[in-house]
Amino acid sequence: MYPARFEYHAPASVDEALALLERYGDEGKVLAGGQSLIPLMKLRFASPGALVDVNRIQGLDTLEEGPNGLTIGPLVRHRDCERSTTLRGRYGVLADAAPQISDPIVRNLGTVAGSLAHADPQGDWGSALLAAGAEVEATGPSGTRTIALDDLFQGPFTTSLEPTELLTAVRVPDPGPRAGGTYLKLERKVGDFATVGVAVHVSFANGTVGRAGIALTAVGPRSIRATAAEEALAGATLDDDTIRHAAELAAQAAEPRSDHRGTADYKRSVVRVFTERGLRKAAEAAREEER
Amino acid sequence: MTVAPAETGSLTRAITVTVNGEARSAEVENRLLLVHFLRQTLGLTGTHIGCDTTSCGACTVLLDGTPAKSCTVFAVSVEGREVTTVEGLAPAGGLHPVQEGFHEEHGLQCGFCTPGMMLASAALLAENPDPSEEEIRWALSGNICRCTGYQNIVKAVQHAGARMREGS
Repeated sequence: MYPARFEYHAPASVDEALALLERYGDEGKVLAGGQSLIPLMKLRFASPGALVDVNRIQGLDTLEEGPNGLTIGPLVRHRDCERSTTLRGRYGVLADAAPQISDPIVRNLGTVAGSLAHADPQGDWGSALLAAGAEVEATGPSGTRTIALDDLFQGPFTTSLEPTELLTAVRVPDPGPRAGGTYLKLERKVGDFATVGVAVHVSFANGTVGRAGIALTAVGPRSIRATAAEEALAGATLDDDTIRHAAELAAQAAEPRSDHRGTADYKRSVVRVFTERGLRKAAEAAREEER
Repeated sequence: MTVAPAETGSLTRAITVTVNGEARSAEVENRLLLVHFLRQTLGLTGTHIGCDTTSCGACTVLLDGTPAKSCTVFAVSVEGREVTTVEGLAPAGGLHPVQEGFHEEHGLQCGFCTPGMMLASAALLAENPDPSEEEIRWALSGNICRCTGYQNIVKAVQHAGARMREGS
């Protein structure tokens, strides 16, 4: 399969990339790992007039933890997250999601930021990072703005990024000293897209839940934050009743459709089971982290 | 090639890529995929096209030593980088331990997935010469064998690992 013809640029700096994006407007598209964009172009679902390949720009691949949390640069690959020791423990929702994305060879090239910009409702990073409370930094001709991840996703494959903007960082707030999380994914075979995915993060404060993040993959037109479940958990003691109640609320937040991967009822049921399982695992992970 | 190039910019680019240790230069269309550059421009047909949808791993090559699916990389993007294909795996006059392993343990049936399997295996062993069976299966989970010969593929990689540890 051959993509439609396009102009190609490999700028050496962010400024140069931004100038190119401004020049091409709607016709321009950023190429990072290419593991979603190139398949779309081959199928001619996308036929941008110009590609701005950001892989030659130095310094965009930092994955680092600072006093305020994690910064994930736009060229951080799934593989980097899979291998990062920083992501384990308190950022467990991210560490557990990384190795479940596609297959090892795709993970060598695909990027976290690219996955968010692609906004596939079946994308694993969307819900994992929603649960972690992440926001993205978008840089465009008029400067840099911060977008809460929940506001980035507008619908299937649609974000609030402007065509002239480059996603220059993903930021994950520090989860506090006692926190844990996990990502549970049901797939038909290794490397498949999720039938259902549930991302769970819990930060504890004084023995009760401080902030809980629960987000769902592949059960709606976009990655879904289960806000009612999150609110029910905030301030609560994480006992069996609370966990079951939150899992029920998360299942209600799902908007699954029946397809070849399963019926809507089945998927909703998986959301409930995974949320319950995820909360138990997050609580356990937070206890481990404290030791 | 009936469509005239757009006036605003070029639709082709001159690239130089080091393929199996040798600098190869060509003027290519921007949209040319790496796998087509290897097979058609350079005539290196050892890299196979299987699914053409980033699923099967038959087209796996090493990009600066790391496995990549060459059906999902543009040739223009690898300008200045190093590509290893199955043709570049063996040292002159010999076999790479992975090739020896696939031979000894009958790690192939029809052979279509084999180049990709061997390159993914070589990258694994370069990093971890003594992988467990699970680590081998995990590392090869992006490569599909339609003959379902996985059992012997795992044995082949184990054979190669043992050979590499012996240092022969």
